[in-house]
Amino acid sequence: MSAGQLPRWVDLGLIPFLNLAAAFLVSGLVVVLIGENPLEAVKILVWGSLGYGEGIGFTLFYATNFIFTGLAVAVAFQAGLFNIGGEGQAYVGGLGVAFACLALDHYVPWYVTLPFAILGSALMGAAWAFIPAWLQATRGSHVVITTIMFNFIAASFMGYLLINVMKKPGSMQSETRTFEDGGRLPFLNDIFPSFGFGYAPVNLSFFVALAACVLVWLLIWRTKLGYEIRAFGQNATAAVYAGMPPVRIIVVTMLISGGLAGMMAINEIMGSQHRLLSDFVTGYGFVGIAVALMGRAHPVGIVFAAILFGMLYQGGAELSFEMPSITRDMIIVIQALVILFAGALEHMFRPTIVRLFTPSRALETKEA
Amino acid sequence: MNETPAIELRKINKRFGQVHANKDIDLVVKKGSIHGIIGENGAGKSTLMSILYGFYHADEGDILVNGNKVTISDSKAAIGMGIGMVHQHFMLVDNFSVLENVVLGAEDSQLLAGGLDRARTELKRLEEEYELRVDPDALIEDLPVGLQQRVEILKALYRSAEVLILDEPTGVLTPAEADHLFKILDVLKKEGKTVLLITHKLREIMAATDMVSVMRRGEMVATRETKNTSMEELAELMVGRSVLLRVDKAPAVPKAPVMEVDNLTVTDSRGVQVVKDVSFSVRAGEIVGIAGVSGNGQSELLETLSGIRRATKGTLKIHGETIDLGTSSLDAADMRAKNMGHVPEDRHRMGLINSFSEYENSILGYHRDPAYSKGVLMDLGAIKKAAVEEIEKYDIRPPNPLLKTASFSGGNQQKIVLAREIERDPEILLVGQPTRGVDIGAIEFIHRRIVELRDAGKGILLVSVELDEIRALSDRVLVMFDGKIVGERGANAEEGELGLLMAGVEDSQLTVEGGVQ
Amino acid sequence: MYEIFSEQILILDSAIRLSVPLLLACLAGLYSERAGVVDIGLEGKMLGAAFGAGAVAYVTGNAWLGLLAGIAVSVALALIHGFASITNRGNQIVSGVAINFLAAGLTAVLGQYWFSRGGKTPPLTDGGRFPEIDFPFAEQMMDVPVLGLIYSELLSGHRLLVYIAFLAVPLTWWILFRTRFGLRLRAVGESPAAVDTAGISVSWLRYRAVIACGILCGFAGSYLSIAISSGFGLNMTAGKGFIALAALIFAKWRPVSAMYTCLLFGYLEAFAINYEGKEIYLIGEVPSQFFQALPYILTVILLAGFIGKAIPPKAAGVPYLKERS
Repeated sequence: MSAGQLPRWVDLGLIPFLNLAAAFLVSGLVVVLIGENPLEAVKILVWGSLGYGEGIGFTLFYATNFIFTGLAVAVAFQAGLFNIGGEGQAYVGGLGVAFACLALDHYVPWYVTLPFAILGSALMGAAWAFIPAWLQATRGSHVVITTIMFNFIAASFMGYLLINVMKKPGSMQSETRTFEDGGRLPFLNDIFPSFGFGYAPVNLSFFVALAACVLVWLLIWRTKLGYEIRAFGQNATAAVYAGMPPVRIIVVTMLISGGLAGMMAINEIMGSQHRLLSDFVTGYGFVGIAVALMGRAHPVGIVFAAILFGMLYQGGAELSFEMPSITRDMIIVIQALVILFAGALEHMFRPTIVRLFTPSRALETKEA
Repeated sequence: MNETPAIELRKINKRFGQVHANKDIDLVVKKGSIHGIIGENGAGKSTLMSILYGFYHADEGDILVNGNKVTISDSKAAIGMGIGMVHQHFMLVDNFSVLENVVLGAEDSQLLAGGLDRARTELKRLEEEYELRVDPDALIEDLPVGLQQRVEILKALYRSAEVLILDEPTGVLTPAEADHLFKILDVLKKEGKTVLLITHKLREIMAATDMVSVMRRGEMVATRETKNTSMEELAELMVGRSVLLRVDKAPAVPKAPVMEVDNLTVTDSRGVQVVKDVSFSVRAGEIVGIAGVSGNGQSELLETLSGIRRATKGTLKIHGETIDLGTSSLDAADMRAKNMGHVPEDRHRMGLINSFSEYENSILGYHRDPAYSKGVLMDLGAIKKAAVEEIEKYDIRPPNPLLKTASFSGGNQQKIVLAREIERDPEILLVGQPTRGVDIGAIEFIHRRIVELRDAGKGILLVSVELDEIRALSDRVLVMFDGKIVGERGANAEEGELGLLMAGVEDSQLTVEGGVQ
Repeated sequence: MYEIFSEQILILDSAIRLSVPLLLACLAGLYSERAGVVDIGLEGKMLGAAFGAGAVAYVTGNAWLGLLAGIAVSVALALIHGFASITNRGNQIVSGVAINFLAAGLTAVLGQYWFSRGGKTPPLTDGGRFPEIDFPFAEQMMDVPVLGLIYSELLSGHRLLVYIAFLAVPLTWWILFRTRFGLRLRAVGESPAAVDTAGISVSWLRYRAVIACGILCGFAGSYLSIAISSGFGLNMTAGKGFIALAALIFAKWRPVSAMYTCLLFGYLEAFAINYEGKEIYLIGEVPSQFFQALPYILTVILLAGFIGKAIPPKAAGVPYLKERS
């Protein structure tokens, strides 16, 4: 199987590119099946997401969500853990944001509320990851299954709180009251009017997300903890040999992962909706898996992958407007195919590539 | 004597990537005989047998069964030719009954009931014929390993195997169970079956076989009639005389003990005692070698002392402090903090993280050292600088600290581990298989470093299955067999004597000629 | 007293209806995971099947053709999972996630394209839906005290797939524990190496298990769209595939326990619906979300090892690699 070592650019460039190309090719076939021109569709998609200020604004708004959930999955990946519970952790993270905003918005400006919102969302997200983490570390209950279960428990828990406890009096909607200015992050359109983001909800949390990328990068590649997380993920036996305690690494990694997922709520709740409402996560947690896979669990890759998925979300909306036979759900199909080809089938092209490269290199050496 | 052999192998070759596991193997196995194949770990015995059982495919060469050239494409084909195999790691379904395991793959029909009934009757018959008693309804996981092995044999017999391959069958057995197994093999022979016994234990070859073939480094080096050979000759053939290790070193000047181990007992996850009541000490300025065939508790001993594995009981006296290993929760980091370095036996599984770069690996286990930190961040500059120094001092090639350790050769990988552990200036160094899979040049270098460390007044505990290495380096040799230390010899220990001790011959049966200091 | 009894019968009756998709999907997962292929894509396969069944049943007006289509879609998705996890030795969790998304996306896109009703299929005509089956004399028995209610309400009057689901339980048990296929299937999930050395193909065995999983998920999905409802609705599985997964763990991968667990989970749902906003005797009002979360909470507690221990098949989730590299 691993007969030949591949050059670095093939490993990190060509193979992921082929996987992605396959995903988009199959997506294109679906478009053809629906009787539309896929090239036309790509044109609309790219224009809709990058062609004008407001489109870019929406793209970046979605990307912000994906950066957070993608980082969450990636950090866990680094320790060899699969946190599939970003959905629930983000949802409960909304609670932390709402607490901060509801408590402070009357009294202080947003920039005082923001640190509390960040802390609150991270804490709540981490708390939601704690039990699965603890069970994995001490009792060996598989974190994949427990985090799935916690996604559903989160849905019920938040549903209960929003309907029975936190609901705005007299409202039929299951949502809290709308935050005052002290609980609202400025829209980037107000900060940089010249970009023409228009009504796009992209807001200051985009920069929080970028800061999170830098911090995660520092954590994973520049701190002792990150070193231990990576060591444990790559070779758990060697980690024990080096004196790293597995229980602590598993729990701490999952807390960080859950915290990052929770922070997604800052963008949605404090940045855009300005109130806590039910089901605001709508799959962003799961998209984080695709983003992390595509971004190869590295913050730089994640930013690019998040923007790509942001484009899909925004461009997809535009597409469904221009080509009514293609609904927004087309995004989900593309997303599924990316996960399939870049994740589960990531080794599909490998044997062929190895075969292609081995004889050609052998020939080169003969000629030389 | 002119009878067609049961099995004949001609010029078998098998490669795994770079590793040439079997080189031009020829082998003739007579019908109705017990034929032993002996060799050290990694000599290629298991690979050869897996080829015979259709589990791997030979790259080249012919297999003849009963004189007919055959192609064994998979295990099913092997079974069809009357070849049965008892694997080193049993191929049993743990939560199945004995009966279910026996019929798996030989069920007769789509419905189970008929097959199970036939198997029950057949097991009864086999039980009487070969004295192989097992409760057919017992679950495998409830059976002791000796009986599990019996189920494996029954599986083969149920499939009418005429040739039975046993791969390291006694590795997991107690001596009594092993003796019983040999009796069973004798009965099988009398019934006309052919047995291929793969082992690295000399004693078993002498006790159980009619013929013996010796493998070394993927080659078949000799075949003898068992009664015309001796343990000494076989040991020599196994280890090979080609590489004579010589290390120039002055006699040791040992000082006070730096480490004293008392009554150490270790139990593994299966509940088997793997280290049994072991006591010894290592003094400053000496190399204590632990000789033994692999799998006799040396690995577990090293892992326990280095804080990776928990002991059942026993104490460790180190730097004047007495630690109860049965209750302490010290981990590998704590042991390092006590100035104990550890070069693990398996650098791929433990000593290195092969997807990490050289400089990252150069601090594995020492990454919490303040010297490598700048505030909350790691001081990559300092780490790389130290790595470059080690690379120069240990002549690690290529001299590039950014390269992943996976792309270094075995010898250079080992130097990376050795440099890491020695350069932290430990008082005690635990070393396991320091030159496994290492080229000759690097072997000399590594040995010299270890002796230098000794001359600097440090205590060294060396575990190696290479007898030459033990003899070349050690100032004192302890022999481990079956979890116990069965003998102690001085620096000039005789190879034959050590070999016999390693094979489980008791010390009292050997003529003592003042080896012990 | 009799009122409480008849109320309970009605709750039980709806519990049976609600537990059927869980049960079918749970048994589906059982085949796959017992063979060592972890499947978190039950949800997606069910959804795909529900769509396939709804669409074809609408177009042809034939429930049977609908069922066949549902099974075909589900098996196709199962084969993708098999290709990724058996042939390519990919990550089974990732593959399952992909299957779930694929089904969610494709059913919506194709549904809109074909029927232009926002992803729904149009309501089925009579022939497109499996009818309720009334047992003989169900009407007349109604008046017999106690037994009559059980016979007429609880047992009679379900749709064909309900009975199939409950028949699938003993059938699965029988296949698993009384046939050669079952023996090998259980063996390959515990110790693929033992199966391989016994001369049996690990891949082919696992593929058959994955196909069996697809077929049962096909039944589960079809039940949703062409039996209990009349047509496909967007995301109509609504997490049932995951409850089925929880039930599978809770039942410790055993068919009869799976039935009881699914009935329990179905009962919790029916109970919650019935008591929505009402006081429960002696307890008071319990939020319905509590009942929704209960299956998952119970499963987590079980996974933590506080009530027995759920030990999955030993080789579950591990791709089988024969030759060392």
